[in-house]
Amino acid sequence: MSKKFSLPDFWKALTIIIILVFAVFLVYPLLSLFLSSFRDPETGGWTFDNFVKFFSRRFYYTALWNSFLVTGCVTVLTVLIGIPMAYFMTSFKIRGKTALEILIIISMMSPAFIGAYSWVLLGGRNGVITKFLSGLFGIQTPSIYGFGGILLVFTLKLYPFIYMYASGALKKIDVSLGEAAESLGCGSVRKVATIIVPLITPTILAGALLVFMNALADFGTPMLIGEGYRTMPVLIYSEFIGEVGGSANFAASMATIMVFITAIMFIGQKHFVNKKSYTMSALRPIQPKEITGLKSIFVHAFLFIIIGLSIIPQLTVIYTSFLNTNQAIFLPGFSLVSYKMIFSNLGSAIRNTYLFGLIAILLIVLLGLFIAYLSVRRRNFFTGIIDSLTMFPYIIPGSVLGITLLLAFNDEPLILSGTAFIIIISLVIRRLPYTLRSSSAILYQISPSIEEASISLGASPVKTFFRITAVMMLPGVLSGAILSWITVINELSSSVILYTAGTRTMSVAVYQEVVRASYGTAAALATILTATTVISLILFYKLTGKKEVNV
Amino acid sequence: MSVAIGIDNVVKRYGNTTIIPGLSLDIKNGEFFTLLGPSGCGKTTLLRMIAGFNSIENGVISFDGNPINAIPANRRNIGMVFQNYAIFPHMTVRENIEYGLKLRKIPKDQIRGRVNEILALVRIGEYQDRLPERLSGGQQQRVALARAIVIHPSVLLMDEPLSNLDAKLRVEMRDVIRNVQRKVGITTVYVTHDQEEALVVSDRIAVMKQGVIQQVGKPQDIYARPTNGFVSTFIGHSNLFTAVVSGPRTVRFANGCSLEVPDLTSGSEGRNVVVAVRPEEFSVQEGAGITAKITGSTFLGKYVNYTLSFPDEVIVPGQPSIEYTQNLGNCEKLFETGQEISLRPNPLKINVLTEDMEQSLIRGVQKYV
Repeated sequence: MSKKFSLPDFWKALTIIIILVFAVFLVYPLLSLFLSSFRDPETGGWTFDNFVKFFSRRFYYTALWNSFLVTGCVTVLTVLIGIPMAYFMTSFKIRGKTALEILIIISMMSPAFIGAYSWVLLGGRNGVITKFLSGLFGIQTPSIYGFGGILLVFTLKLYPFIYMYASGALKKIDVSLGEAAESLGCGSVRKVATIIVPLITPTILAGALLVFMNALADFGTPMLIGEGYRTMPVLIYSEFIGEVGGSANFAASMATIMVFITAIMFIGQKHFVNKKSYTMSALRPIQPKEITGLKSIFVHAFLFIIIGLSIIPQLTVIYTSFLNTNQAIFLPGFSLVSYKMIFSNLGSAIRNTYLFGLIAILLIVLLGLFIAYLSVRRRNFFTGIIDSLTMFPYIIPGSVLGITLLLAFNDEPLILSGTAFIIIISLVIRRLPYTLRSSSAILYQISPSIEEASISLGASPVKTFFRITAVMMLPGVLSGAILSWITVINELSSSVILYTAGTRTMSVAVYQEVVRASYGTAAALATILTATTVISLILFYKLTGKKEVNV
Repeated sequence: MSVAIGIDNVVKRYGNTTIIPGLSLDIKNGEFFTLLGPSGCGKTTLLRMIAGFNSIENGVISFDGNPINAIPANRRNIGMVFQNYAIFPHMTVRENIEYGLKLRKIPKDQIRGRVNEILALVRIGEYQDRLPERLSGGQQQRVALARAIVIHPSVLLMDEPLSNLDAKLRVEMRDVIRNVQRKVGITTVYVTHDQEEALVVSDRIAVMKQGVIQQVGKPQDIYARPTNGFVSTFIGHSNLFTAVVSGPRTVRFANGCSLEVPDLTSGSEGRNVVVAVRPEEFSVQEGAGITAKITGSTFLGKYVNYTLSFPDEVIVPGQPSIEYTQNLGNCEKLFETGQEISLRPNPLKINVLTEDMEQSLIRGVQKYV
């Protein structure tokens, strides 16, 4: 008699395989990064010199300060913009609300570096607005480059996170809480201050952390629009890639410093939110009220201006892509020249993006399905380890992940650098959390008794998983997978370190074209990316029937 | 200080639908007043109008004669207990209770004293530093009650406060509510759809149906002398029989059995009427009553509840059940299912209604206007 393939064996084997995969592709690279940051670039001996060098030279530590400054300002600004927006959208009847929400999500989902690039097109030295204002009125517009530009791009790209988190929290507040406060003698301003704000604060903090991490880790924006304003990811990148005097060990030490900082932020936020979050569900959620007069004008103007500004980059890029160009010079009139150019010269980048993306998504869906099941239904010490490992992508900036993978797999025994495989690995690690989270969420809603019913009817546990549980999880898995997909195709900061001529993706190509000042082709590529993003979002809405995205 | 509430011809409309078409009511200072009715009858709407969360389309609500229509909810000095308690989840029990006092800028030491007092009164002192999510339903209910009365409100409003509790806690909490209300002596308006709860806690009850008050009175009066068919069947159980007023103060049932009803109003001879008989208002008298067949019985210890079937012509059609309750304290034997017995209604207790059941024909029972 053949031995039956039973559930414990299957899940045990899977647990071991997944732990091994994470050990090889995440833990080992991170350890190598950590260790190499303590090595002397010349002699290879153990040393603290890399860290000493970083903190003793102004050139380096100002980058850390710059990163903190710009990230801190962005976080504050996004909170100041996102909360009122969420409050207005939930408490008042807003004209064109659905359209506005979709625009917000589009501006959130498209990559920040496209925003940076199109603001350069608009407000840069040869920008449309710059030329228009100086030509017509002789007005000198403030420079879009540097701190201000980074701040503008990040704020407009990241406030949607706060908006989404705050609206989610506001929707969970029952009207009766406000009424209770009123019946106890509380006026409306005070009600917001003493009841509403404290109730949404933990959620806002989670959103703010996300903004902080995103802004801190982003590489493309400061690279394109920052010019002299060096932030940590830029410094790490140029130190690592740099042809002159660059040192992988020194880059590794800076990456270590960054991971250290993000880890502390992440743990601190988890700690606070766990202590201070309330489970709420609203029987009667807040109903939007009609507003009129000045109040209405103010509220609508605020919403339209912010959302308008944040969608401008996309419009600029699409417009630019249809302009007639000759190499880097724009000619009068419209044409499809840019598109012809990219299909003849950069076709491989387009193909790579979709190919790598699809493979990555396939792996993400499988891993998400299995890991969600393991950590929800089969809790034990080892699945707990997997659960913690999946948190890592939250704290590792993309460029750092790129460097760690490159450092680890540049040598025997496993040489992967330059392959498509290493890019796919980085995409999977970075974008797994979206799918994982929505998969776990839906699994919590599926009663274990459904599986028990299937088993009692004679299906083996493994069969039950694939025929019942996995099928029931599919909507949650796929909705997460679409978000993973959108971020996968737009990924820049790790790919830009890992790519070689043969494995270049669209976002890397856009970045390169911008650096080469070939704006037309960059715009055409970016338009394809944006179009894919929008189509994927529409698919997401159709699939989930929801109007919101959980990030 | 506690106040009397005057409700004068108030109207509530949502768009084109009128929820309350014009309702008047006087609630006395210090009384425990209950609005009772099926869901959708407008009782919560009326309560929220008193609280200030619903607008008043027409008419006047006043506290001690002073109209409050224009006063916003937060300045009406009202204590309200919500159906879902609405405890602030981010504040401890003590902070929840202090909240209203702090808004009133009461000195710190006084706040301490008053909160301690109320914590002791509703017996949740040991939980004072807990966050609400770690409290049971009954404990949350106590916090909600404490938070509402600690501010010394003019009136206490309670919106189905017990509907989220299990049966045993419901009984316990209604006693807590009743006792606390007595001790504090505050005018209380209580909304419920549970008639038993209303009978137990209230000084007076207003029975509502479709935005109109059917009857206002003490629990025992409403139970004993309902003004119409709705009240008689909504509060407790009533068996409805068709009958004719066959002579002065006499009704005759369809099977020929006659009863002299001393409280029947005069001048309705010859009218078709409906006689409402409570299950406990029958006595078994061979040959002198109406014959019924026993279709089922429920043994409940102190008494037995029988379901009966009568000949069609005797009863009003469409009743959910016809019931007879046999008190076991003074009876000799139990009846078997299938057995036929003769039941005679107690003429002193039964109610006689007009044929459309809209009005009572018992002396002194007036329709609420």
